[in-house]
Amino acid sequence: MRFSGWRVLKEGLTGNKGWGPQWRDPEPKRDYDVVIIGGGGHGLATAYYLAAEHGITNVAVLEKGYLGGGNVGRNTTIVRANYYLPGNSEFYSHSLRLWEGLEQELNYNAMMSQRGILNLYHNDGQRDAAVRRGNSIINQGDDAELLNRDQVRALAPYLNFDNNRFPIMGALMQRRAGTARHDAVAWGFARGADMRGVDLIQNCEVTGIDVEAGKVTGVQTSRGVIRAKKVALAAAGRSGQVAAMAGLTLPIESHVLQAFVSEGVKPLIDQVITFAEGHLYISQSDKGGLVFGSYLDFYSSYAARGNLPMVEHTMENCVAMVPAVSKARLLRSWGGIMDMTPDGSPIIDHAPIDGLYLNCGWCYGGFKATPGSGNAYAHLIATDRPHGAAAWFKLDRFRSGYGLMDEEGTGAQHNLH
Amino acid sequence: MRIACPICGERDRREFYVKGAALERPVEGAGLEAWHAHVNLRANPAGVIAELWYHEMGCGSWLTVTRNTATHEVLKVELASESGLGGAA
Repeated sequence: MRFSGWRVLKEGLTGNKGWGPQWRDPEPKRDYDVVIIGGGGHGLATAYYLAAEHGITNVAVLEKGYLGGGNVGRNTTIVRANYYLPGNSEFYSHSLRLWEGLEQELNYNAMMSQRGILNLYHNDGQRDAAVRRGNSIINQGDDAELLNRDQVRALAPYLNFDNNRFPIMGALMQRRAGTARHDAVAWGFARGADMRGVDLIQNCEVTGIDVEAGKVTGVQTSRGVIRAKKVALAAAGRSGQVAAMAGLTLPIESHVLQAFVSEGVKPLIDQVITFAEGHLYISQSDKGGLVFGSYLDFYSSYAARGNLPMVEHTMENCVAMVPAVSKARLLRSWGGIMDMTPDGSPIIDHAPIDGLYLNCGWCYGGFKATPGSGNAYAHLIATDRPHGAAAWFKLDRFRSGYGLMDEEGTGAQHNLH
Repeated sequence: MRIACPICGERDRREFYVKGAALERPVEGAGLEAWHAHVNLRANPAGVIAELWYHEMGCGSWLTVTRNTATHEVLKVELASESGLGGAA
């Protein structure tokens, strides 16, 4: 079924009776070329690119809950390519280019909105850092502009420019950045993969990974044994538990990150804006809700809910940056489980077991990476060589110390990102 | 989340800094693999974990807090100096 304006019009006039399910609900087969563990954004994108770019369609995505029910369904939907360090820079650049063609490629409305991001700076040091980052982004081939105070004021007059401690001096802007409809990205990839023959199997929990003589042979699941030539992890916050089934211990701690939505208000915030007091980021959804978040709670957690101190911190930051928000009521908040690595950068690599692949450690930046991660992971699984844009995402960098990507410059150590 | 400091009593989570998993430190002269495991690799359990917390805005003690990561329940708090574990490097 193809979506088009014409089709929407026709269905609207005929009682919307022609729409069908977007993907099948197949029984698992006994044998696949590739089994992907995790039916979230990255797993579904990987399945899509395996089928679309590498012609590998004998693939199953195993999901213990429902498709897109994890972090891809519970984030702040920001898409950007404004990373500083080699390794990250080319990867997020690659991912943003995929985002830009994604809706046409998938024939699915992911509500990609390149509304721009403003990373505010508040002092000379932050301005210098913004200049360096901007130059790095431009060298990578992406766009960055340094805006002064008046230019920021023209775009966002409601900001608190004269905050005593954090007056706004300007911003680093990337116009190609923006937001996308998080669920729709997962659904679009799911539909695209299913159309090409990939089996999307929900309510199917992996309970074991079978390894014989150092080689993966399949998985044990709540719906029986499934054999596979290759098994690919894409389990985000649960990566540690899944990897443990193959006897692996990962350089990952799972933490909770909270996000918040206000009641719907009239159009106020046109861009994505970040406040450099700490880590606040805010945008406005098409429904009018202000979507925002800040730091991790900073203790290990699988609870998918946080504690009040970080709620308070986030609200304080939000109101310090946009005083008008103090009039809005908070509608809801939630927590997601982040797979944190010591250097804050991800892993797309072979596991030290034949036929087993790792995609994890996305920390709190996995959403913008969704197409790039799927694309690069599919390349690795299909060819057994790393994708050029993700060649630095090695598991071994923590052991060797070579190639660490500590974007925040705080040190490549657990609990510092 | 509230933590009962053995010295100060039950206090708000805000008074504490959390360091991470409380681990046994490799012995002197341990090789690269042992240190790699200690510094980087984590069991990362969805359940009970022992962690190091620091009572930054209280008595300044390092505490070993046993906690459930799935429920946020605090099960046990003791002085790190008495728990027999060393911290991550």
